Parts: sequence; structure tokens; C-alpha cells
Amino acid sequence: MASSVASATPNTAQRLWRFHGGIHLPDEKALANASPIASLPLANRLWVPLQQHIGAPGRPLITVGDRVRKGQMIAEPTGLISAPVHAPTSGRVLALEPHPVPHPSGLSAPCALIEPDGLETWAELPPPLADYPQLDPALIRERIRWAGVVGLGGASFPTSVKLTPGSERAIHTLIINGAECEPYITCDDRLMRERATRILDGVRILHHLLAVHSVLIGIEDNKPEAITAMQQALAATDLASYTDIIAIPTLYPSGGEKQLIRILTGKEVPSSGIPAHIGIVCQNVGTAAAVADAVLEGRPLITRVITITGRAITSPRNLEVPIGTPIEHLIAQCGGYREPPRKLICGGPMMGFELRESATPITKATNCVLALSAAEAPDPEPALACIRCGRCAEVCPAKLLPQQLYWHARAKDLDRVQDYNVFDCIECGCCAQVCPSHIPLVQYYRYAKTEIWAREQEKRKSEQARARHAAKQARLERQEQEKQARLRKQKETLATASKSTDAGEDSKHALIEAARQRAAARKLTDGGA
Amino acid sequence: MLAAILALAALAGFFGILLGYSAIRFRVEGDPIADQIDALLPQTQCGQCGHPGCRPYAEALAKGEDDINRCLPGGEALVLALADLLGRESVAMEIKEKIPSVAFINPEGCIGCTRCIQACPVDAIIGAAKQLHAVLNSECTGCELCVAPCPVGCIQMRPLPAEIQRWRWPYPQRQAVSPERPSVPRQDAA
Repeated sequence: MASSVASATPNTAQRLWRFHGGIHLPDEKALANASPIASLPLANRLWVPLQQHIGAPGRPLITVGDRVRKGQMIAEPTGLISAPVHAPTSGRVLALEPHPVPHPSGLSAPCALIEPDGLETWAELPPPLADYPQLDPALIRERIRWAGVVGLGGASFPTSVKLTPGSERAIHTLIINGAECEPYITCDDRLMRERATRILDGVRILHHLLAVHSVLIGIEDNKPEAITAMQQALAATDLASYTDIIAIPTLYPSGGEKQLIRILTGKEVPSSGIPAHIGIVCQNVGTAAAVADAVLEGRPLITRVITITGRAITSPRNLEVPIGTPIEHLIAQCGGYREPPRKLICGGPMMGFELRESATPITKATNCVLALSAAEAPDPEPALACIRCGRCAEVCPAKLLPQQLYWHARAKDLDRVQDYNVFDCIECGCCAQVCPSHIPLVQYYRYAKTEIWAREQEKRKSEQARARHAAKQARLERQEQEKQARLRKQKETLATASKSTDAGEDSKHALIEAARQRAAARKLTDGGA
Repeated sequence: MLAAILALAALAGFFGILLGYSAIRFRVEGDPIADQIDALLPQTQCGQCGHPGCRPYAEALAKGEDDINRCLPGGEALVLALADLLGRESVAMEIKEKIPSVAFINPEGCIGCTRCIQACPVDAIIGAAKQLHAVLNSECTGCELCVAPCPVGCIQMRPLPAEIQRWRWPYPQRQAVSPERPSVPRQDAA
């Protein structure tokens, strides 16, 4: 199927490369990819997290009791790497308070609780920029930033920042990521099948913004329908001269940014570098569609397509969901649970994390909610000692040495873990999957990464405290010196004052003496007379 | 015999002069070891080590006048780092580590006496005489030096709330078996 699709256009006869390692996983995508993307009735309450991106948190623009309209900005960005949040529907703000958000910690973060009024009254939206090829790219970037578009593949990095490459290196290739390599997840698959034109609209805008020579759309060959749909949509546009749709072999984690770049171009992103360093920008298909919505319709990012799947769900499917909808509402809309789930996971089975509360809302970054049955998620077997078989190193797509990393992370030797480039680990989970000793390797790497970050933060904080303490010491010393100087000055003025008083007394004595002499002289004259 | 003695004496004299000259020419102001130790210390300036601040403790350590396990905020990790730097045996901490916390001034109780402001080593308390004082959470090091001077006892130490930004992945449990079910006995490969 894939090969016949590939021969449909001459452009796709392109050489593919292979990244190191990777594993084949049962893809489980047939569970949810059969039915079209459905929309669902609004939940009674929407908890909209005020920060849904990597970077500086947003500043809330609403207060409790406010009426908000659909698409109204409720939190504004506070820095360069930041993104606004918009109201997903019209209604009333009932509260601004911490609520559990999708995060491995299960902790709470500031959210706006919105009670929908069911009217779906839109706020005033900016005009569509249909003539964007004639416009200044900065204006289009500003629109994408206003719309709160972030990377919908999972990292949620503000898209406008990614589209503003530094001047030091020109971007020559745009890669659109439709690989969707993780098992179970099918939201990008359905999006490509149903909204291929919209995705390509976004691709055209991104192509215009970045002024790239070529656009490569990589799709894993286990999604033949999506590839066909994209090919057909491409044939109907004028993008074909610079755009290639490329079917890539199904191999986890081919959807990782660095892995996909390697497959499509044969280039490797340098360690601790970003794709822009080698002239490449990578965007998810969902992000491209969101960019098209923002520019061509003036619509902010307030909904996303999400896969609700797993064998514990009665009818798994893909839904288009307003941001902030609680996950329990989504599960109820999919017919509820068929059996009590063993695990509720946000994201895919390999890189996702367990959710503790089903009242957690979805965010811009949530691409999948996975309710695994007991048969799908058996208890992990007890971890045994590492036998140094080296299989983890064979499958690592980042070409790291997982057992060395494990060894040093277990010993809490953070410097050595860094020497072995723990920050190049993409936490794909291949090493833990193949480990015959069932060691939870990725957990060790995550532990080491957050410990290193915390240590650096503490170091910065102690530097700050040292500077403040030194400043206080200096100030006290200066004040002491000033006090001494003042005292000295006072003493001096006192001394001169007393000297002048002495002189005054002398003159008094002289006066008295003179008066006495005068009196004596008068007595003499009186006596004489 | 004589030649050897003369040669050695000449060498000794030469190196003596060289060393003497170097000591003057390459003289280092301050104590670089104390600087290195000071860079490791947490800079809470809390005085719990018995020295008036981190720098004096670093200088005492550089002279070898104190033990390396006196710093409570630094904890076990600091003891290991100092042992590594100074080539000393690592000593166990005497008291358990504290959870990170910051001072909080109860606005109902504060009389505006400025004593806590004077006590704070990092100027993390703002206020003026007969005005309400407040703690700058981002600057407070949690040293507790402001608690004792308060005449009305309105300062308390509050643990920092759990935040996503500060959250860390826990160290993995060796036995990754869920608690509600007994672990499945392992089948012997043999």
C-alpha cells in the first residue's frame, strides 16, 4: 500500500535514512482510528489552565465573576517565550484557583473555572489574513503568537518563537511531523485523513514565513489512508513544486524530532542543539492546522483533537475537544468504562504519565488519554540486577549508553550522568522496554535530570543570597563609617565651640577687671576729694 | 666528593632563591581555598554552624579549625562535597535536614519594630519603623534568624508549597510492584 502511494507522485522517490536503534511495537491504532473525529456536548465546568506552554507563565486578564466570550484572551503572555490562553467557550468565570493539571506530579496549578452559558458567543476576532503572501512576516508571526499556537505534538513550545529563527543560519527545510509513532494514538492520523487541506493551508503559511526551499511531510507507513488523503489534497494545490509527502517505515520513535530529521534528511541535530542549527524547522501536523486557523480565520487555539482509547474504554475514538474539558467528561462521552481501568495515562503508553485524578482538564499539549485494562497494563515485574547485556544501547535512538547512565543515576552521581549526556535522552522508553531485568531505566534518567536542574537552581539562589549578604555587609560598614564621621565632626564642632566660650570668658574677666580698676580709681578720687 | 657537595649546595641555593622570589612575585591575596569552600556553602547566612555567616565558616574550614558537618542547610550533600574538596573523612550530620521553608510575618501581630529587618542577613524583609513588615519570598533563605528577635512572636517558618516548577521525579523504588497486589513469584529460568 505504502509503495503504491509512494509511486503516485514522482517527488516521493526519495532516499530515506535510518536512525540508530528503535523498536517495533504492536501499534494498537485500530482501536480508535476507524470512526471520524466527533465533537461532543460541552462539559458543565471547564478548568482552563493559565499556563499551557513551556516558558514564562501567562498573566490572568480576568477576575472571578467576569463574563467571558468564546475566543477572548484570558491570560496574556509575559515574555518572549510565552503564549496567551483564550476562553474555549462563552460563560462566567466562577473561580481562579489551583486545580490539578496534566503533569506527572499530579500537582495543582492556577486555572480559570468557566461555567459555559451554552450560547457560544464569539468575542470580536481579528480579521482573516487571507492575503498573507503580501503581508510582512512579522505581522503573521504576531497573529500566530496572539492565537496562542504552541507545538501540539506534546512539547507545547510557543510556535511563533520557533518560526522566528536567528539570523545566523538560514532555514532551508521545513519538516511536517505526521509520524505519530507511539502506539494507540491516532489523533494526527484522523486529522490528516479529514483535514488534509487545512494542514496544507498551514504548511503554505509556514513555507511563506520561513522562506524555505523544500517541505517534507513524514508519515509512518502504517497510516496508508492518511498518506492517500494528504497526497490527494496536495495534488489539488500549488504546493507540489516544493512539498514531498514521504512514507517512512514504522519504527518507534520515528516521530521524535531528531529521529524524523535523520530519517528524512540524513542529518543529525548536534548534541544539546536544536534543528534550527542545521537549517531545519520541524512542526507537527496539528500545529500546521492551528496556524491555518489563526491566520486564515483569525481564530485562536481553543480546541484540539484528542484520542480517547484503551481497552478499558467502551467506544474508543477521536474527539475535537475545547481546552479545559475534564477528562472524566470525555470518558463519559465515549461510553464510560467497559471495565475498571488499571491505569489512566495522559499521552501514549511509552512516553505518557499516569493521571491520578480524572477531574484533570486537557490542555493544548494533551494528545491522548489512555485507559488501560488490567490485561494491557500488567504489573511491572520486579527489577533485577543489570546483567550488562547491552540491549538498551542497541535500541537507544539517541546513541547513548543507557546502562552507564543507569549506573551513575542509581549512585546519584549527577556529574557523571551529565558526562554521559543524559540531557540528550528523549525519554522514549525503548531501553526500559527491551531490558530483560525490567529495570525502570527512564525513571532513573528523569530523576537525574530533575535533580540536576534543582541543583543548578539552588546554586543560582545561593549566588544571589551571597551577593545580597555582601551588599548588606557593605552597607552596614558604610553606615558605620558615616556614623563615625558624623561623631567626629560633632566632637570637632563642640571643641571649637568650647574654645570660643573660653575666649568669651576671658573678655568677661577683662571687662570685670577694667570695671574694678575704674571703681578703684573712682574711690581714690572720691577719697582724695 | 667535594664536587658533589658543591653541586648540591649550588642547587639548593638556586632553588631557595627561586622559591623565595616566587613567593613574593606570585603572591595571592586572600585565601583561594576559602573562596572555593564559600562557593559550595548554601549562603543562607544562618549562623547555625556557630560562625557569623557562611564566609567566616569557610575561612575556619580553610584553616582546619572546624568540622565539615556543621552546616545544616547544606546537609549531607555538602558534607560529601567538602570532604571531596578538602580531602577529609566525611562525617555524619548531627541533625536531620530540614524541609525548605520561608519566613512569614503575621500582619495581625507585627508592630513595626524593624528588629527582624536588622537580623535578616540577605535583606529579604521590607518595611520601616511603625510600618507593617513583609518577607520577600524569592529572597528568603529560610535561616530563621528573624524569628528570635521578634518581640511579639509573629514570625513563623512556613514550608514552601509544592509547585510544579520545583517538582522533581522521585528516586525509583527498587521493587516496582504496585502495593495493592502481592508480587507475582518469579518463575525460575532453570
